[in-house]
Amino acid sequence: MITKTVADVSDALQGIESGKTLMLGGFGLCGIPENLIKAIADSPFNEFTCISANVGVDDFGLGLLFQKKKIKTLIGSYVGENREFERQMLSNEIKVVLTPMGTLAEKCRAAQMGIPAFYTPAGYGTEVAEGKEIRSFQSKNYLLEEAYQADFALIKAWKGDTTGNLIFRGTAKNFNAVMSGAAKITVVEVEHLLPVGALDPNDIHTPGIFVDRIFQGATYEKRIENRTLRTI
Amino acid sequence: MALDKNDIAKRIAQELQNGFYVNLGIGIPTLVANYVPKYIEVEFQSENGVLGMGPFPLAGEEDADLINAGKQTISTLAGASFFDSATSFGMIRGKHIDLTVLGAMQVDQSGAIANWKVPGKLVKGMGGAMDLVASADNIIVAMMHSDRQGNPKLKTKCTLPLTGVNCVKRIVTNLAVIDVTAAGFQLVERAPNVVVQEIQKATEGHLIIPQEVPEMQLEY
Repeated sequence: MITKTVADVSDALQGIESGKTLMLGGFGLCGIPENLIKAIADSPFNEFTCISANVGVDDFGLGLLFQKKKIKTLIGSYVGENREFERQMLSNEIKVVLTPMGTLAEKCRAAQMGIPAFYTPAGYGTEVAEGKEIRSFQSKNYLLEEAYQADFALIKAWKGDTTGNLIFRGTAKNFNAVMSGAAKITVVEVEHLLPVGALDPNDIHTPGIFVDRIFQGATYEKRIENRTLRTI
Repeated sequence: MALDKNDIAKRIAQELQNGFYVNLGIGIPTLVANYVPKYIEVEFQSENGVLGMGPFPLAGEEDADLINAGKQTISTLAGASFFDSATSFGMIRGKHIDLTVLGAMQVDQSGAIANWKVPGKLVKGMGGAMDLVASADNIIVAMMHSDRQGNPKLKTKCTLPLTGVNCVKRIVTNLAVIDVTAAGFQLVERAPNVVVQEIQKATEGHLIIPQEVPEMQLEY
């Protein structure tokens, strides 16, 4: 089998340098590539363009990259949970491109699947439509949206094997599954790295062909952003 | 007496029909799940990738890999499924979701909605709201009739940046149930003991008032 394993997070990030465009999987803090984010926060590189649905919280997730002022442009969708991000946005230290979440997901999927652009109704009649081609199908209006062009996709999966097959867990599948294979290089960290043959082919969510590098994450905090409980 | 948030949710729950797939937004809409009539079956979708969402977990059962779009911990019910974000929004864009309930800062009489941005003040982003309102055929807005400063949230024309146009069909507030029609805001029901004049006063835009305005029935 083709082996995609790399020894550790620093091998996994070979080729990352200032100014690159990064896709980051996860929704809120759920399913974020914790080890890769920490390594980039500790790297000497900056001025990244990041594509991510959310922006983490002040001291975790993507928030670590804002703390260290690593991000020049953020392409995201819901950004309401990080005060340092908000400060940098309102003081124009960073450029922010807000995108409807379904459009963001589909721009990743289009990149993954080799589709250059697609039409979607999301954002018609709003400021999101400014400067975009509008076309009518069956008397409904749609915007033309283009696939993302990214250098690295940084993904987190639950289980993976050495040839890059991935299984996600719960709602941590989110953007991880649609960003795999959507950038020039896809780097995956997993909670459980298993030998080839250990995963049943029936259970694979993302085939290894979409993955370039895979490694076992050293530690996982898996922080919960909004712990909500019932009492009965 | 004007409704509280739970009563608004209770009234919206009456719009649920057996077999509906439902997407609930953050805030008052989330409360609708607490009032599903016992005699019907519905499934709740959360756009971060789950169908068959259940109640919040008991202490000790919370799971970092199991959240809703508000990043709250959740549980799943028998028959639940997980999927990626593109598939999730495919369910929405492809009109497989039967009912969408979401909050709003403003709604106008043309059915436009604004709920994602107050320029210079509050920029949280649109999240999935633009996808939802652009695609769903059946959209109910759950909100208070006036904002905290007492300004009407039902407008002749939205003044805040729009989330979508020609999309809102029904609005349930603390004062009334109002439908958006080609002729303007159509008053459908009033909250218990709320008089029509109070609704009229709190509404900007053209309010069509029928001769009889029934009171909402919240106990059943």
